[in-house]
Amino acid sequence: MANKYVTEEAQKQIGKAGEARTIEVERGAIRRFAEAIGDANPAFNSEREARHTRFGGMIAPPTFGRSLSAAIPDVKLDMGESFRGLDGGSDWEYFEPIRPGDRITVQTKIADLRESAGRLGPMVFITTETTYTNQFGQVCAIQRSTAIRY
Amino acid sequence: MAHKQFYFEDVEVGFEIPALEKHPTTQQLVKYAGASGDFYQIHYDKDFALKNHLPGVILHGALKNAFLGQLMTDFAGDLGWLRKLSVQYRGMDQPGTPVVCKGKVVKKYVDNGKPTVDCEIWLENSQGEKTTPGTATVILPSRNATA
Repeated sequence: MANKYVTEEAQKQIGKAGEARTIEVERGAIRRFAEAIGDANPAFNSEREARHTRFGGMIAPPTFGRSLSAAIPDVKLDMGESFRGLDGGSDWEYFEPIRPGDRITVQTKIADLRESAGRLGPMVFITTETTYTNQFGQVCAIQRSTAIRY
Repeated sequence: MAHKQFYFEDVEVGFEIPALEKHPTTQQLVKYAGASGDFYQIHYDKDFALKNHLPGVILHGALKNAFLGQLMTDFAGDLGWLRKLSVQYRGMDQPGTPVVCKGKVVKKYVDNGKPTVDCEIWLENSQGEKTTPGTATVILPSRNATA
């Protein structure tokens, strides 16, 4: 059965990338994020204590990248104005820690667009992939998130 | 607050990760909105949430993702490394009631010379419902350098 919303034309948006942004990571932003999620781990809060760890200083908590405000590419689907949205979840892969003072380049692309039949009609699954790269060109993390529209 | 450091040799398949209890409040949701930049009103504006057919303000899925991240970085300790973290938002959670993050080791193996464990993880509400299931992969330190 042909898709109602994720048409062949709509699928051409797969691979579309949002604007890359480079953001300097402030130590205070890491602390505020750790405080907001209620994580007292010294690695995320105290330079003095974190110096004794194998990282030699503070690092960011695993989901800190969300605060770096990636530009999400606009997905155009012929669903009108009245669709509802849900956050389906996220998959993260970690390669290098994000540290205070790092200049992180964040870029998000549309990784996948799918449609399936749900109880309330067709459901569209939009998967975005965000890459966090530091000033040395090392990929620190890759985040794949799924948004649902119905 | 130093956590116990777990080593690869300390855990087996079925090992239960020390649980993490969180007590999210409306104040925490506001703090998280500010720290993350997610200002969707369903997380702090009750009237807006009710108008959107929600029972009241609800936790950001991303905040629950962060709680499960803490579960895993606590488990990995200073010497371990959280390699993968995956979460699915299946149910809503509201502030004012505690949630508990739990997990267990489901696979133990050496990957490219790295002592690795795969875990099943989840966040459950006070009724024991798993509102946010997921998986995680952690590299643990080994007491045996050749592991």
